[in-house]
Amino acid sequence: MADTAIKTFGGLLARQGILVAFILFMVGFTLWNPRFIDIDNVFGVIRSSAILGVMALGVTFVVIGGNLDLSVGSMLSFSAIVVLDLHENPAFGPALAIPAMFALTLCLGAINGFLVGYLRLNSLIVTLGMLSAIHGLTLTWSGGQNMDIADQGATWFGVFGRGTALGIPIPVLIFVALAAFLGILLAKTPFGRKVYAVGGNPTAATFSGIPRARVVFLTYLISAFCVAVAGLIQASRTMGAQNTVGQGLELEVLAAVILGGASLLGGSGTIFKTVIGVLILGFIQNGLLLAGLQFYVQFVVTWIIIILAVWLDIATKRGKLWSPIA
Amino acid sequence: MKTDILKKLVQNGAIWGFILLQLVFFELAGRYWAGSSTTFIDLDNLLLLLKQSAPIGIIAVGMTIVMVNGNIDLSVGAIYALCGIVLLDSLGWPMMEAMGDGAIPLAMLIALATGCVLGLINGLIVWKTGVDAFIVTLGAMLGYRGLVFMYNGEQPTSNLNWTMVDMAEWGIFGIQTPALVLLFVVLVVWLVMTRTVHGRNAYAIGDNREAAVNAGIRVGPHMLINFAVIGFLAALSAVVFYSGSGSVNPNDGMLFELWAITAVVLGGTKLTGGKGSIIGTLGGVIAIQLLRRGLNHIGADTETVNIVIGTILIVVLLLDRQLNRKASGELKV
Repeated sequence: MADTAIKTFGGLLARQGILVAFILFMVGFTLWNPRFIDIDNVFGVIRSSAILGVMALGVTFVVIGGNLDLSVGSMLSFSAIVVLDLHENPAFGPALAIPAMFALTLCLGAINGFLVGYLRLNSLIVTLGMLSAIHGLTLTWSGGQNMDIADQGATWFGVFGRGTALGIPIPVLIFVALAAFLGILLAKTPFGRKVYAVGGNPTAATFSGIPRARVVFLTYLISAFCVAVAGLIQASRTMGAQNTVGQGLELEVLAAVILGGASLLGGSGTIFKTVIGVLILGFIQNGLLLAGLQFYVQFVVTWIIIILAVWLDIATKRGKLWSPIA
Repeated sequence: MKTDILKKLVQNGAIWGFILLQLVFFELAGRYWAGSSTTFIDLDNLLLLLKQSAPIGIIAVGMTIVMVNGNIDLSVGAIYALCGIVLLDSLGWPMMEAMGDGAIPLAMLIALATGCVLGLINGLIVWKTGVDAFIVTLGAMLGYRGLVFMYNGEQPTSNLNWTMVDMAEWGIFGIQTPALVLLFVVLVVWLVMTRTVHGRNAYAIGDNREAAVNAGIRVGPHMLINFAVIGFLAALSAVVFYSGSGSVNPNDGMLFELWAITAVVLGGTKLTGGKGSIIGTLGGVIAIQLLRRGLNHIGADTETVNIVIGTILIVVLLLDRQLNRKASGELKV
């Protein structure tokens, strides 16, 4: 009896290890400091994780499809700068600036998708090149200057980053809605199944008649769309942006996705797990701050947690703790 | 037979041809288009270029051998910053201050040892846990950066030591210390990778790990050595640069890993491992630096550099794929 209980628990741990760890972490921190689970604090954490989280949703699609997207950080800078610049342009204004920014960001995603999907180039190098190129584009667009909205009281633009609805911050609502939509798209639709198939075994997917190139192309479009949403939240929250606002985010986003359990080899991962990964990063940061530690301690903790999480995941799959590498 | 030699020449010499093309282009464009009064192909200019390539170049050499092994190291930028801080901070310890200038070699040794240890940690985790190097070093990139901040908060660490500055600016035939160190590192690592058992085994492991294991090669120790070497080289790069500059900002070295990878890929090293040359990487490093200075020379904005480098990286990948398509024999869809 006790034996089966242990086995069931072991199986649960193997399948949902990251969720179990998350719950243990939350319970532990709450016991230590009840303020941790306070509703304002929870909303605060989710709101500050929303930008990273929205980007991670899109990157999850790309990673499950068996590719990487390192260009999301500089793409975020691009979208934030563009939307702010067009907002200040009298010919556009906020109502036109937003769709224009989305169109331009989707074009960048389409370039990624074309190169990786249709031309079948290595995604790491393509998106590395795009990281550099988009950074250059952003600098050219802004002339190296920071962008600011001059008259912040006169515009409704701030609603995406600063507004609330029914007492819930708008960025949180956007994050949750997008996660639900993309979660259903990935788990419940034929397109979602194709993404898994293409990432899990491209050759088999091709022979099954799945248009690999188009599926990969679409994952990059989804990623770019998510970046555009994140850029909108970022620009709206601060009503201004530097050219380097997204610098380094690409690897933090990837860390959240990996923490959620997506394999870099493709074919595994879910939106729900990515959300857990994002929340873990957010709550670690918050917990350490509440404990009176500096923000940079979270980097070290994140390092340890990422490696432990992936290691345990691999170890349960191969049934051995240590690697078989000679 | 003859086409084979030709093909090999094109593949190995492409980066040097590209460098030559850049030199001619920037010289002519500078003279006739931008109306620049100075010549671009000028010994002082080229020597300065070599000196400026040193920090990324030394790291890129390490990145090459890790990538030949089929791994990657994303934590080099953080190691660079941390070792820079260790170098400058250790000079300020009371015990070291008492030693006067004798403390400089000791401080450098401490910094280099730190780099080695950080690299060894990465290598050991990759070896013993079997987690992909990309993930391990991605985590370490965050973790080591956290250590950088923990060392001295968000304040820059400064310690300008004039003896060290003199050492950094010492030169022979106009080639200054950073450039000399870069060339020396290229020579030594090239010898190691082409003339020793370790080098041969590293290529074998990257090319086909299973075959290497079956041939009795121990994969783990070779990976460990290469990670230690890249840690050491990242530290060496920091020692060379910060002896001259004397101040480390906690954000220094960010994106170095991506620049180094760009240079290595331009130099012809394959991400999948088993293929790559140190000399090619030197070419890649010089090509990038040449592009920066050249665009500057013809009066282009600095932001153009990023667009051009990104585009070139993708074009190189595309050309490489077209040239090697027959060999790869992949499924065409």
